[in-house]
Amino acid sequence: MRARVFVTLKPSVFDPQGTTVAEALHTLGYANVKDVRQGKYFELDIDAASPAEAERVAAEAAAKLLANPVIESYRIEVDAAAHAEMVR
Amino acid sequence: MKFAVVVFPGSNCDHDAQYATEHVLGQQAELIWHKDTSLRGADAVILPGGFAHGDYLRTGAIARFSPIMQDVKRFADAGGPVLGICNGFQVLLEAGMLPGAMLRNANLHFHCEHVHVRVEQTDTPFTRACSTVRPLKIPVAHGEGNYYAEPDVLARLEQNRQVVFRYVDTAGQATPAANPNGSLNNIAGICNEGRNVVGLMPHPERACELAVGSADGLVLFESAVRAVSEGACAISR
Repeated sequence: MRARVFVTLKPSVFDPQGTTVAEALHTLGYANVKDVRQGKYFELDIDAASPAEAERVAAEAAAKLLANPVIESYRIEVDAAAHAEMVR
Repeated sequence: MKFAVVVFPGSNCDHDAQYATEHVLGQQAELIWHKDTSLRGADAVILPGGFAHGDYLRTGAIARFSPIMQDVKRFADAGGPVLGICNGFQVLLEAGMLPGAMLRNANLHFHCEHVHVRVEQTDTPFTRACSTVRPLKIPVAHGEGNYYAEPDVLARLEQNRQVVFRYVDTAGQATPAANPNGSLNNIAGICNEGRNVVGLMPHPERACELAVGSADGLVLFESAVRAVSEGACAISR
C-alpha cells in the first residue's frame, strides 16, 4: 500500500525558497500566482493489512522523522491500489 | 582535560576542533566515530561543523540517530558540557537537546565570512572566560542558520537568558545588517535551561590563531578548560 506524505513549512514560518520561486514565476509573467510554499514529498510503500494501518504507520513516520514539528506540518494520502499497479 | 570530538560521516570541522583544543590549547582531544557508543570519559564534548549524513532530509536530522548520540545525551543530562558548532548546533536542535529549528538563510545565500558576535551570557561552560563588551570576530559558513522558534519559545529563551551569542555590528549593535541569515532576534547561539549545552552557528575553532585572521574563538575552548578545572560542571557519571 502506498502512503504519500506531504511536508510543508507551517503557515507561520517564512519560506524564503517559496518566496523566491514565486518571484521567478512573476518574472515569467504569472502575476496571478500569489504565493508559493515549497515542501517535500515522500512515497512510502507499506506492507499493511488496511489503509487505516498504512495511514497510522505513515503518520508515525512523519511525526518522528519526515517532518520537524517545530517548523513543519504534514498531510497524508493513502492509495490502497498503488502497490498492485507498481507490481504490474 | 579531555575533549571528545564526535565525527559523523560528513563532518568536516572535526580536525579543526581537535587542532584548536590540542595544538593551540595543549589539551587532549579525541576524535570519536559516530558509531561508537562511549565518549570514553571525556570532560567536554564537541559536535563539529560539516554536513553530517550529507544533510539528507534536514540538516542534523539523521545524525541524531547515530549510536554515539545516546551517550552524548546521557553526558548532557548528567551536566556535562556539550558544544555544538554549526552543523553540530543543527544536530542538537534536531535531537531536541536545544529548542527551535533552522531555516534556510533568509536570502538563500550560503554565507562564508567573518561576522561579529556578542557574548551575552558568561555562566555557561563555553563562555566563562568571555567578555560581554567586546564582540568576537569569528567566521560563519552555512546555508541554514536562520534560527527559528515559536514566539512563546523565543520569549522563554530571552527571559531565561538562554541567548548566549547574538550577531552584532562592529559597534556591538544587533542590527538587521549585522544578521547574516535572518535569525530571529539576531540569535547566533543559545544554551539549554541547564546552561551546559551550547550551540552556535559561527565557527570558533576556525578563529584560534592570528595567522587565520582572528584568534577570538579560542576563548570558548579556554572557557571549557577553566569550567572543568574549577569544577563548574559537576558530572554525575
